[in-house]
Amino acid sequence: MQMTKNQTKNKRIASDMLKNILSKYSMVFIFIALLLLFQYLTGGIIFRPLNVTNLILQNAYVLVLALGMLLVVLLGNVDLSVGSVVAFVGAVAGKLMVDMNWNPYIVIPLALIIGGIIGIWNGYWIAYLGIPSFVVTLGGLLMFRGLTQIILGGKTLAPFPEEFQFISSGYFPSLNPGGFHLLSVILGAVITIITIFMLISSRKTKEKNLYEVESMGMFITKMILTIALIMGVTWVLAQYRGYPFVLVILAFLTMIFSFVTKKTTIGRRIYATGGNRKAAQLSGVNTKSLEFWIFVNMGVMSALAGLVLASRLNASTPQAGEGFELDALAAVYIGGASTSGGIGTVLGTIIGALIMGLLNNGMSIMGVGVDWQSAIKGLILIFAVVFDVWNRKRKLKA
Amino acid sequence: MAKYILEMDDIVKTFSGVKALDGVDLKVEEGEIHALVGENGAGKSTLMNVLSGVYPHGEYTGDIVFKGETCEFKRLSDSEKKGIVIIHQELALVQFLSVSENIFLGNEQSTKGVIDWGLSNKKAKALLDKVGLKINPQILVAEISVAQQQLVEIAKAMSKEVKLLILDEPTAALNDNDSENLLKLLKEFQKQGITSIIISHKLNEVIDIADKVTIIRDGKTVETLTKDNISEDRIIKGMVGRELTNRFPKRDVEIGETIFEVKNWDVYDETFRDKKKLKNINFHIKKGEVIGIAGLMGAGRTELALSIFGQSFGSKITGEMYKNGNLLKIKSIPEAISNGIAYLSEDRKSAGLNLIQSIRENISIASLDKISKNNIINYGKETKIVEEFREKLNIKSSGISQEVSSLSGGNQQKVAIGKWLLSDPDILFLDEPTRGVDVGAKYEIYSVINEIAAEGKAVCVISSELPEILGMCDRIYAMSEGIFTGEVKNENVTQEELMELMTMNIKEGVS
Repeated sequence: MQMTKNQTKNKRIASDMLKNILSKYSMVFIFIALLLLFQYLTGGIIFRPLNVTNLILQNAYVLVLALGMLLVVLLGNVDLSVGSVVAFVGAVAGKLMVDMNWNPYIVIPLALIIGGIIGIWNGYWIAYLGIPSFVVTLGGLLMFRGLTQIILGGKTLAPFPEEFQFISSGYFPSLNPGGFHLLSVILGAVITIITIFMLISSRKTKEKNLYEVESMGMFITKMILTIALIMGVTWVLAQYRGYPFVLVILAFLTMIFSFVTKKTTIGRRIYATGGNRKAAQLSGVNTKSLEFWIFVNMGVMSALAGLVLASRLNASTPQAGEGFELDALAAVYIGGASTSGGIGTVLGTIIGALIMGLLNNGMSIMGVGVDWQSAIKGLILIFAVVFDVWNRKRKLKA
Repeated sequence: MAKYILEMDDIVKTFSGVKALDGVDLKVEEGEIHALVGENGAGKSTLMNVLSGVYPHGEYTGDIVFKGETCEFKRLSDSEKKGIVIIHQELALVQFLSVSENIFLGNEQSTKGVIDWGLSNKKAKALLDKVGLKINPQILVAEISVAQQQLVEIAKAMSKEVKLLILDEPTAALNDNDSENLLKLLKEFQKQGITSIIISHKLNEVIDIADKVTIIRDGKTVETLTKDNISEDRIIKGMVGRELTNRFPKRDVEIGETIFEVKNWDVYDETFRDKKKLKNINFHIKKGEVIGIAGLMGAGRTELALSIFGQSFGSKITGEMYKNGNLLKIKSIPEAISNGIAYLSEDRKSAGLNLIQSIRENISIASLDKISKNNIINYGKETKIVEEFREKLNIKSSGISQEVSSLSGGNQQKVAIGKWLLSDPDILFLDEPTRGVDVGAKYEIYSVINEIAAEGKAVCVISSELPEILGMCDRIYAMSEGIFTGEVKNENVTQEELMELMTMNIKEGVS
């Protein structure tokens, strides 16, 4: 009798644990499932070195925008203007470099500053005058798209100087030209070692600071998966042209955003404000300036995405960046962020961006039309958020 | 024998384990004006929400018999169908719709789905006449005064053929003249056979108008007084009369010099910028002293504390503030905190805590500079400090990583208090520190307040619970309608006297 009781209890605990893992890492599982699905449907093209490189290059902008958008969403806002800002900054950069022959090393920082100024514009209305972000940035979406067309006069500007093209088409040099990309492999190995070290030390800090940590088995599984991902990507990339330069930008940004949200007082204030703005204010958080600077940051990130895109296309076009705001928002929401603010992580956002990127890439290879691509992405976004809401309700009831 | 229109029998309603209503009986006779009185939190509003179906049948126990029929209301519209209409303290009118549109909201006068504006306005006019309001039914609600809005609400109730009209603090926001008119109107309705229940803190009004008074305390009916034995004394005694033994820990503190002082403090309202919300407030707190600000809801207690706490309420704030004799000029909350002022908010859920985060994040948010260097958080230090507070305040939880939303009310309140203790203030304003907290946790919170005072800090407790004020404070300022109506030493005052000061009716124009 006792035995059966214990057994059912153990069974229940095990099934609870499984549910927990499934819900906590649901998006990771969905990502892996999609990867395998596309691998099958495209007859193995998805994992080919050229395609993995393309996947990174094509979708770098989503990640750059999604990281900025995460902070915006954490405060319960949205920024709909980012796609137009991407085009606008690309257009200005094109005008300066192609028509006026300015030096890319001057244009790049200037473009980022312009992005910051656009952020100041958005942030001022939203933070200090309390105008809903939806309205202000919807205005921005229309305004900057219009200004882009005015600057470009409806034409496309190309080509860019080589230094500028390097952002999106540069690779880490190979030690033995033409052959296997040893440097990238070494780099991959170094990154792997750093990752292992960071995962272990983060777990130790968490344990020491009374955080809940996942079970040892779970931790090891997580670590093996992460290492496999890094080494796998490195291996595949090395067979083509090695690490693309833009990957460095992405890795750098990911680290910075991760650090800021997790380890700094700014991150704390962002989560506190998103969770309960009034309580945060009464605890001495200057929520207005926080909101303002988050939009300034979003502006700079949009400018960066604009440069990455212009460099990738090697042209400034009036249609650049159309719908990017929605890709970025979708990535953030799929990554588990709450529309009402206060919940969301950098890691989740990256996975959200990867899912979006994979969908774009996989469906393109399969020859799915743009119409169906859009419909499918929309459906996945809705299900991701519905799942998240359902999951949270379940947790509240328990 | 008189015929009861409403009988509520043994109503029990629990909120997550805490009994808000614990066997309330209420019997209202047909055609009378029945007053319901009690302290804030005694359960009056909860009772009315049970009656009107806001808390549906099944969420409470006990019987409701209306007009001889047992009723099981599932939603508000069920009770309205029977002719029970509540007018809440916060008016539920749509500001940017016209008066007539508001009156017929949800009950539009239409033929085949098309609204008949002529009929609506004609009917609205007739209803407005009935309540003695001479305005054009087509003007926007936003353009009329609060008193007029109140009458519009009543007209709206009349449009539904009301049998039982319930008014929750109808005169709280009205001046004397308007209040008088409203009460006259109720008398008028009475002649037409409409029964009313009026919830009010203004005892003189209650005595004036009510045929019967039911007193509620701690979720229980104390007694129902009939016309011949209604008296202010008896009502007050009923409202506050409970044992005070052992509910408050003893404190032995030497009271030092004045540490904090506020002089000639005037504050205007935030939205109605020409309305004075606080008039000529003067008070001081000594080292080691616990003072109380006793006032009913709406008296301006919270507004006072917020205006001091970094001007987080009000406009055109004038007056001086001194700490240890030095003039303080504080314009923002971060400045207030760095000057050693702390404010525990009245409503922890909406303004005190971030419920979706853990104990750790909530306790450290007001003191991030203490646990960080160059804006980088020192997790080790934070863990140590927060864990210390968790133990010291006896916050019952699985650990500092537990999400605050899953804690009980009392433990949530301890987290909110912990947040301010960590900021190491010299002056603490505690606004309703034990609201929604069970008796055991209350005692613990009182002990913490005593400890704070013993450390030589100044504490100001804001509360509408008289036993709490009398049990905890050395000196008490009574407040009514935005002014201090009296300063008394604890030992020289009874609850009855204090309640009198708190309900004192200040004539308009006094400054």
